[in-house]
Formats: sequence, C-alpha cells, structure tokens
Amino acid sequence: MSKLSFAYYPGCSLESSAKEYDVSTRKVADILKVELIEIPDWSCCGASPAHTVDHLFASAVAARNLAIVEEMGRDTLVTPCPECLSAFKKAIYNMSKDDGFKKKVNSLLDKPFNLNVEAKSFLQILYEDVGKENISKKVIKPLIGVNIVPYYGCLLTRPPDVAQFDDPENPISMDTILETIGANVPYFSYKLECCGAAYGVTKRRIVTKLSGDILKTAIESGADAVAVACPLCQQNLDLRQDQINRDQGFDFHIPILYITQLMGLSFGLSASELMIDKHNVKSDHFLEKIEKGLKEKEKSEKESISSKN
Amino acid sequence: MALINLTTSTDENFVNQVETLSGQKISECYQCGKCTAGCPFSFAFDYPVSQIMRLIQIGQKEIVLNSKAIWLCATCEACTTRCPCQIDVANVMDICRIIARKENKVKEKDVKLFYDIFLESVKKHGRIFEIEILMKYNLKSGKLLTDADLGPKILPKGKLNFFPVNIKGKDSVEKIFTRFVEGIKNNE
Repeated sequence: MSKLSFAYYPGCSLESSAKEYDVSTRKVADILKVELIEIPDWSCCGASPAHTVDHLFASAVAARNLAIVEEMGRDTLVTPCPECLSAFKKAIYNMSKDDGFKKKVNSLLDKPFNLNVEAKSFLQILYEDVGKENISKKVIKPLIGVNIVPYYGCLLTRPPDVAQFDDPENPISMDTILETIGANVPYFSYKLECCGAAYGVTKRRIVTKLSGDILKTAIESGADAVAVACPLCQQNLDLRQDQINRDQGFDFHIPILYITQLMGLSFGLSASELMIDKHNVKSDHFLEKIEKGLKEKEKSEKESISSKN
Repeated sequence: MALINLTTSTDENFVNQVETLSGQKISECYQCGKCTAGCPFSFAFDYPVSQIMRLIQIGQKEIVLNSKAIWLCATCEACTTRCPCQIDVANVMDICRIIARKENKVKEKDVKLFYDIFLESVKKHGRIFEIEILMKYNLKSGKLLTDADLGPKILPKGKLNFFPVNIKGKDSVEKIFTRFVEGIKNNE
C-alpha cells in the first residue's frame, strides 16, 4: 500500500468536547500509516445553524476551508465529523451543479474555491482506502467476547447523491471494521435513526426520547457498547445518558465509544491513551470483558496445543 | 386539522417561491406519506412533514411559515433519501425555515436563538466557543439552568476550552458574514 496522505479537518468539537475523537483518530491514522496534515487556520464549517440562514452563506462558510485545501495543493479533505463532512459535501455539490451559485459563493470569499477538492469522512478512508486487510494486520488485541453495535447517525451516508458512501439504508462500513477488530456485531435496527441532533440544548425532551430509543434498542440487541463516528451523537448518547434515564425512566449505563477508540484498543493502545476515561459513562466493565475474552482465547489455544502434543 | 378556505388563503406566489428557492417540484408529491413514516421528529411536529408538503402545494404560506415543524426538522435526510418522487424534502423544509426567518415568523424562538448565538461565535472567533455559546443561550433565553446538570460531568474531564480559539484569519470569516448581509441589502 502506498502511503496515504490527506488534508485533515478536525472541526470545532474535536478540539474541545470531543477531544478524544481527534486524539484517537490521529493515533489510529499513525498506526495505519495514513498521514493527516491539519489544514492551516481552518474555520468552523457552519454546521446546522448556517444552512438555516441561507444556502449561499452556508456554502461560503464551508468553502473557505476547501479553498485552503486547494492552496495546500491537496485534492481531498478528510474529517472525522459527519456534520462538518455534510457541510463540505453540500457546498461542493451545490457549487458543482450551478455555476451561478458557485460565482455567488466565491463573491463572499477572500479566496475563491475552484472545486478541485473532494470531502471524505475518516471512516470512508478507513473502509475504502486502508481496507480491512490492512486494518486486520495491526490487530494485536482483538475485541473478543464483546458485542458492539455500530451507530452511524444520519449524515455519513445520507442523502446518497451527496454522501456517495456506503449504503444509505443499511450501511456496513463500521460493521465490517468492528468485525475486523474481533468484536461480535449483533443485528441493530437503529443504525441510522436520528439521535435528536443539535436540539439537546433547546429541546432536550426530543433528544432524550430519540437517543433513549437508540440505547434501548442497542441493549435489547445484546450490546455491551455502542460504536459511533459522530461527536454530536456521542454527546447525546453518552453525556446525556443520565438525562435520558431521568426523562424516560430508564437505568442505562452503556459505554458509547468512537470507532477510532475501539480500533485503537485492538491495536494495543491503552484506554487512557485513547482518552476512554473522558466519557461520562464508565467503560470499566466493558474493558474487563475484553481482557477476559482475550485470556479465555489464550487459554483455549494453549489447551488445544497441549492436547495435540 | 382545521378547515381551510382555499379561495381566500391560497398564495400562489408562495408555491413558486418555495419551488424556485429549493429547486424542487413540490407538485410532484402525491402524498404517499413515506417521509412522515420515516421522520423521527413526527411526534414533536405540529404538522407532519407530508402535510407540510401538501400545505405548500395549496399555497398555505401562513400555516407553513408559522409551523413548529419547520424549526424542529433536524435535516436528518431520511425523507430526502426515501422520497419515491426524488424530492429533496429536507431541503424544502430548510427553505421554508429560511423564508420564515426572513419574514420574522419564528414559532420556535429558542431554536433560532441558539443558531444565532452559534453563528455569532463563528463570526467573532472563526471557530465556535462552546462554553460561551451555552452561557449566552441560557442568559438570552431566560432558561438559566439549561444543561446545568452536565457541568459537573464534563468540566472535570478537562476537555472544554475556557478561552476561545481565535484563528488568524478570523477577519476573512467575518467578511463572509458582512458581505452576505450587504448583498441582501443591495438586492432590496
């Protein structure tokens, strides 16, 4: 595999409330020999608020970053955050199909964006560019004995014309990666159901209902943990888990981990290196279960060797 | 749903406005209801999304722009992904929200307030400053204790920045805002 190298856009959450997603992404990328070069002086993508004001404005806020990537001489922007990804993909999509729109967007910018850059999620890079064979080569502590359900959220694969990745109704990229790192992946019907997105602050009851349904279904599927790829989904399912329990009458304590943290564990990194202790819901029981699974595997391997002898 | 007098309340211009701004042919919606069936927010909407589509078709500008639904849509894209007529339904909802904003008809004031404070942060620093956004929201909405219970959970983790990250090129971000507002003024 030739060395992969991309312009990297962490996004605002990843340098604050979702720092562990940035740290685990960089560590996993390093192990997989994927070079991530942070975009100099990147700015906010605009997220949801910008497109409720105007689509031209929203595209311009996002495209400032795409123009910087062009200046870097790179052709792909990679971001772990699906909300940022969606802002970039929509800007590129809308500017590509309408030249008048593109000109108007560029009239709002200091430096124009000339559509020479595409945007991809880090998950897409892992799944398509690195691939499961290369991932499996780095696995030294497979996550044996734990059930993990993948929760994709809304925007990684939708809408399909814009996202151009995986299946919009039944994505399998995270399922495949979880299986590759040794986890058992039960059937999970709530892979794509919205967690309530950015309404946590303004309409908490909406978020605790929708996120509560996701956690309930995950637990009914037998999950020991939920794998996520979005900082906002992580926040709703983890940081707000006590609010969910209070509002919905549940008593859940299920760890919500980034796919990159789970990969890191299987690559032999420690929980503290991956900042797993920075989540609200403790992962101790989940981590013990992995250790137990590994020990049992070693024991049964030794037994089978000695029985052969 | 209340009776609507179409003779007095139909606004043809509104139909055209939504179609032009969204680039979608709203007339192609045949009310199958698939969008509503898959919409996770239907339980919180005053009008489910398929009814919003129908209300646009029959020019019910006031009802649509004064609905809660257009402000509670999270643009999750399930409707857009599934529409058998390939209508970008989430985009239509977004356009209605944009028109409502311009006409100062905002049924969910706190939602708009949160978005505005978020964007103020982007304009000021180039990136968002999470603690400042929440504090401003709590003060301006009058809901002072919003998410106060989350503070003791996240603050000891040492992840949140207590000072904003001001990017070097924040002027170039601010200029996007000012050029956009000037553009609107010039068109008026």
